[in-house]
Amino acid sequence: MDFALSDEQSAIAEMATDFGRDRLGPSAIAAESAGIDRALLSEIGALGMGAIYCAEDHGGSALSRLDAALIFEGLSQGDPSVAAFVSIHNMCAWMIDSFADDALRAEVIPGLASFDTVASYCLTEPGSGSDAASLKTTARRDGDDYVLNGTKAFISGGDYSDWYVVMCRTGADGPKGISAVLVPKGAAGLSFGAQERKMGWKAQPTAQVQFDDCRIPARYLIGAEGDGFRFAMKGLDGGRLNIAACSLGGAQGALTKTLTYMGERKAFGATIDTFQALQFRLADMETQLQAARIFLRQAAWKLDQKSPDATQHCAMAKRFVTDAAFEVANDCLQLHGGYGYLEDYGIEKIVRDLRVHQILEGTNEIMRVIVARKLLADRGNG
Amino acid sequence: MLTEDQTMIRDTARAFARDRLAPGALAREAAAEIEPEIRTELGELGFLGMTIDPDWDGVGADYVSYALALEELAKGDGAVSTMVSVHNAPFLAILDRFASDTQKEAWLKPAARGEHIGCFALTESHAGSDASALRTKAVKHNDRYVVNGAKQFISSARIGGATIIFAVTDPDAGKRGLSAFYVSNDTAGFIVAKVEEKLGQKASDTCALSFDDMEIPIENRIGEEGDGYRIALSSLETGRIGIAAQAVGMAQAAFDAALAYSRERQSFGKAIFDHQAVQFRLADMETEIEAGRQLVLNAARLKDAGVPCLREAAMAKLFTSEMAERVCSGAIQTLGGYGYLSEYGIEKIYRDVRVCQIYEGTSDIQKILIARQMD
Repeated sequence: MDFALSDEQSAIAEMATDFGRDRLGPSAIAAESAGIDRALLSEIGALGMGAIYCAEDHGGSALSRLDAALIFEGLSQGDPSVAAFVSIHNMCAWMIDSFADDALRAEVIPGLASFDTVASYCLTEPGSGSDAASLKTTARRDGDDYVLNGTKAFISGGDYSDWYVVMCRTGADGPKGISAVLVPKGAAGLSFGAQERKMGWKAQPTAQVQFDDCRIPARYLIGAEGDGFRFAMKGLDGGRLNIAACSLGGAQGALTKTLTYMGERKAFGATIDTFQALQFRLADMETQLQAARIFLRQAAWKLDQKSPDATQHCAMAKRFVTDAAFEVANDCLQLHGGYGYLEDYGIEKIVRDLRVHQILEGTNEIMRVIVARKLLADRGNG
Repeated sequence: MLTEDQTMIRDTARAFARDRLAPGALAREAAAEIEPEIRTELGELGFLGMTIDPDWDGVGADYVSYALALEELAKGDGAVSTMVSVHNAPFLAILDRFASDTQKEAWLKPAARGEHIGCFALTESHAGSDASALRTKAVKHNDRYVVNGAKQFISSARIGGATIIFAVTDPDAGKRGLSAFYVSNDTAGFIVAKVEEKLGQKASDTCALSFDDMEIPIENRIGEEGDGYRIALSSLETGRIGIAAQAVGMAQAAFDAALAYSRERQSFGKAIFDHQAVQFRLADMETEIEAGRQLVLNAARLKDAGVPCLREAAMAKLFTSEMAERVCSGAIQTLGGYGYLSEYGIEKIYRDVRVCQIYEGTSDIQKILIARQMD
């Protein structure tokens, strides 16, 4: 058993952390109102982080899920909101790269890899979040086209991205009637709702994506009809690791700032890092983060190994890491006192950003459903 | 059990919060200002002079009524309840207890009628929890003091009419070198240096102040020179009861919204309320709210009976502020993705209530106070 990162992995983590600190961090507060700068995304693409775990033949970086976890932890130390947006793009790239035919891969992946084009993922609907198999958006075959109707909700990159990976119903009710298609921005009948106002993740545009007799060529079907839900489920494991990594990086960034602050701030005649109660809180925070980090990396390793319990471990890691990281970020706010509540210090932003990681990619309640089901189903095998 | 007066005050606050505060809460946050007409109406209803005797133009309510009113107002908008809380205590409470009759006539009466909003300027950029490390100086010249320095995190200073400030009059005397002064916010040299951007409570302005050769007459000193520290600490019990009551109100509002949503939202073929894990979370949330409310009322009843309640007020503030964050976070989680959206109003409550663990003494300071009482 070897817990050490390889030299290559250490270099990847360092590159992402440096980029997060130097390129994302300084503009993180401004990006809340200005949005994500496409030029920054191009820089991320140039570093090979636009198609991290796609094959190399069309420009992917062919890295592992563990590598991706290192990358998202690093980027998030600068801005978890931008890092999470990059992770969703990567999930879309992976789905196309893994399941689309070679012609579609050749058409789409090079642009995604360089971040010349940006991809969004459309699964959730206004009436179906945790219960995704009940989705209602339809795609009807019409000659050489599909015609889509329906509405997707909470779509990161809605009206910003160039490609939309859309889960839609081509067959009967239930999971086996769902297919994955690719919709380009500008397709006839594609429109977007107003940008949602939300607690955090403000750098990311979030909007409803609406299909009103939206027509796309049939070659934009990813894989075969009826395979969509299977792709979605496979995608979730990696998506959950990525979100957990973004939480971990966000919390680490907050803790680093807090350590600096506590060495400067004085109360009752001493810097506050000398008070035992606060030192103990720091010790607990660091312990939680280290536990989260090792749990996350093990889950990523299991997914890379195609371990049979990978899904369960990805779910447990997502639940544990996002909860632990939120608590750490929130403790960082408290340790900053009144300044933690002010926007200028950047801590309250991290708290707002990390809060949604306990909700999306399957709420943490759904993570518990997955873990409990697996536990109960396996108990006869012992 | 509540008396007839207490019930009436609570119901009045509840109706005002429901009809006048809640409907405009999101717009008020976006505008980052509490509308002047809301301030006027609060004054007309007596909420800006709650525990002040009718002889000084207050309504003479007890502290239980005060806590009930703040809980209800906070249900409508936590930013408004903060303004009301700071105005009543420490601002009015200090004038009521330490000002001379002449001063009360001039300052307490109009403020208790709600003609303007009062502020309390103790904290400085380097001294929050540790009030004895203040640097703002007041130097006596004949019949005036000349004040120089800066204050941080001052609620309502942009819209306020008057402020009680604390400044060092004897640099060699430590805590006993601090004095309290009443200043009108339009005094020359009283400068609102910055209106802060913050996580929540956006309608309630929070300001950095600077005093640049601000001259105030000697008659504006409250109490004697050196009384400042005692005055500053005197109204903390009431202030903490107020913050704790607000935390309970915001938690209750978030809980009410989550409960209503859980009965409507369907997943896996039934209302999410009918999933046991959701139901149990709601049961925990309601239990915690009730526990918090009883701590607040216990402290308020002790205060009404004239019994010292520093410990009970600290416990109420510590527990309710942390409870309220848990409850509001649970409410967001119950709404899932919708809880994260602004238009559902719960994430605002979460952001608003977060500061209850920080202002009027952080949670850590409450723990210090509680520990000191363990004799």
